Amino acid sequence: MSVAVGSKPSQSEDLRNLTLSGHVGFDSLPDQLVNKSTTQGFCFNILCVGETGIGKSTLMDTLFNTKFEGDPASHNEPGVRLKAQSYELQESNVRLKLTTVDTVGFGDQINKEDSYKPIVEYIDAQFEAYLQEELKIKRSLFNYHDSRIHACLYFIAPTGHSLKSLDLVTMKKLDSKVNIIPIIAKADTIAKNELHKFKSKIMSELVSNGVQIYQFPTDEETVAEINATMSVHLPFAVVGSTEEVKIGNKMAKARQYPWGVVQVENENHCDFVKLREMLIRVNMEDLREQTHSRHYELYRRCKLEEMGFKDTDPDCKPFSLQETYEAKRNEFLGELQKKEEEMRQMFVMRVKEKETELKEAEKELHEKFDRLKKTHQDEKKKLEDKKKEIEDEVGAFSKKKAAVQLLQAQQASSQSTKKDKDKKKFLPFLKHPKTWRPLLTL
Amino acid sequence: MAEPQSKPDPDPEPKTEATVTGQDLFGYVGIESVLDQMKRKAVKTGFEFNIMVVGQSGLGKSTLVNTLFKSKVSRKSCNPSFEEGISKTVNLQSISHVIEEKGVKMKLTVIDTPGFGDQINNLNCWEPIMKYINEQYEKYLKEEININRKRKIPDTRVHCCVYFVPPTGHCLRPLDLEFMKRLGKVVSVVPVIAKSDTLTLDERQRFKERIRQDLWTNGIKVYPQKEYDEDAEDRILNDKIREKIPFAVVGTDKEHQVNGKNVLGRKTNWGVIEVENVAHCEFANLRDLLIRSHLQDLKDVTHNIHYETYRVRRLNESNLNGIGLSASPLASMNGTAVRKESESNL
Repeated sequence: MSVAVGSKPSQSEDLRNLTLSGHVGFDSLPDQLVNKSTTQGFCFNILCVGETGIGKSTLMDTLFNTKFEGDPASHNEPGVRLKAQSYELQESNVRLKLTTVDTVGFGDQINKEDSYKPIVEYIDAQFEAYLQEELKIKRSLFNYHDSRIHACLYFIAPTGHSLKSLDLVTMKKLDSKVNIIPIIAKADTIAKNELHKFKSKIMSELVSNGVQIYQFPTDEETVAEINATMSVHLPFAVVGSTEEVKIGNKMAKARQYPWGVVQVENENHCDFVKLREMLIRVNMEDLREQTHSRHYELYRRCKLEEMGFKDTDPDCKPFSLQETYEAKRNEFLGELQKKEEEMRQMFVMRVKEKETELKEAEKELHEKFDRLKKTHQDEKKKLEDKKKEIEDEVGAFSKKKAAVQLLQAQQASSQSTKKDKDKKKFLPFLKHPKTWRPLLTL
Repeated sequence: MAEPQSKPDPDPEPKTEATVTGQDLFGYVGIESVLDQMKRKAVKTGFEFNIMVVGQSGLGKSTLVNTLFKSKVSRKSCNPSFEEGISKTVNLQSISHVIEEKGVKMKLTVIDTPGFGDQINNLNCWEPIMKYINEQYEKYLKEEININRKRKIPDTRVHCCVYFVPPTGHCLRPLDLEFMKRLGKVVSVVPVIAKSDTLTLDERQRFKERIRQDLWTNGIKVYPQKEYDEDAEDRILNDKIREKIPFAVVGTDKEHQVNGKNVLGRKTNWGVIEVENVAHCEFANLRDLLIRSHLQDLKDVTHNIHYETYRVRRLNESNLNGIGLSASPLASMNGTAVRKESESNL
């Protein structure tokens, strides 16, 4: 039985639109999709770039209606470093993992040429981490904690004139990597009419320098209108405050001055409400999507091309790619072989060296052994000589001793013969009985 | 770029103080509007769903699909002049339509498998199907590892495979077992008892138990798989479903009058079998499972589990052979990483 596959699907290019004759029920699909994400939670990462003391932390607190922990930074940092802090916020049933990244020490150095570098490196590092995860063989993308920066709030100092060159340079470096939203910080220092001039100056400078800031999406009907009206007010002039002041009969976030009260949430006073709308309530999802589909894809493309992988058009033959791959592979294998050879050489050399060393050591040892042996023999000989001497002496001594003993014995015997003689003289007198009798008859 | 006179802090590593504290918000921020944003975006991009129906001819596959989606989506309806004959080979045909309901657009693709199990010798009749499924994974994988890839990769992977079991009333046949065993590893299989109006309720119950027994004995995992239950809620829900599978369904596209109402049903001399009546058959349960509650889950399981399994297997293969995947940065990267490690340990 021939198991041929008619697997080229007869897919009609122009898909027919069918009408349903009843309620099927897949209109619950968006809800299903959203439910899944709700259980997982959302990630949102904001990067705040601005000089020390410009109000980054305060603005974050005001935006998210909470007091984030952290001490104000000093002005003595030797370089720019990024400090990231993560928080879990919960509102009704939505969990948000918010990460705020602060640039500590930005604009404080005397030489600010490299101030943007740590920022760019950080953003790239997050992309790299995601890319590595994506390219792994065994990967788990669906519960990966996304640390890529979704929005960058660039704090412009309220000089009232124009952008600083540091701002321009930094924004130019960042615009292809992250969604930049420029905001004018501490906007309560600028008067209304100056503000308008300042804003247009900034926007024209951005345009003339080719800085691409984040464009609020206007393709969807529901949000197009609001986004279009808001875009006119860019950059947003914000005032941040976490202190509450009594206004009228309710408490509102505001800054109290002797000459009046600047209300944070009053649209006539500052654009904070607009920023909050745009950032959170309307475009959060779009910011995340842009980060993933534009900035991350660009990074990925550049990185992969850097590594030498080329792509061809989809309808091109795969052979050229095969060739590139094969060529790369061979090149790599050749390198590997070379390295292997090198290592082997090194290994052999080392072994030789060690061998000669050991041989020398052996020789030394032999010599030492011989020397020692010789000394030992000398000693032994000496000792034997001594021994012999002593034995001779002992022999001589014993002879002498014997001679002395003999002499003594002779002397002793000569004395005892004298005694005997005396005894002999006397004894017979004792033994004769006549001599006795007179004694006994008494 | 001039060399800096005063070298800035060389340590660009951010001190990620992972102080994840559950903050209480002092006022309304508006985070939950992200849900609406997501929904709007999802509705704008539309959904895709690919369903495959497998079973012998005459089991009512096309009719069931038509009933499920309440429109003429199946192959038969599209080619009315098509002569229904026993084909010599297993041909896979996929038809796509766009259906819309309450603003939600869905591109539905139905993949039909005429000729399955129809020959005298059915050895390896599952192979064309496996091949098709793997081809779709391959297509997706190729697109994903492209350097210049599309924003939205067209998803032709089979999300769900509905397997039609003939209503013999006894047990699963060797062909069924063999097929489900093989396919259960690459795709989510949902078995249904076709033309179940030939079984009485008792017979149906016994048959189902028998089928569940057979599945369990042979180690066949059908959707929803126990291992992929994420939390207790899911488990409870899915357990209820698992008690009822395989669903006994009846399909029809004709309407009849019952008690003054128009219902979808099959009219016989002894009564009308109402398709959407849960007392009569379990079509409504199947529809709820497939469409109303688990459609997204089916897609997720396909993407996160079956596709990833395929990807792992494929990348390991291409590592070993050095062929196949064009522009495989992954293969080289992973290969080089492994080799570099082994070299440094020399």
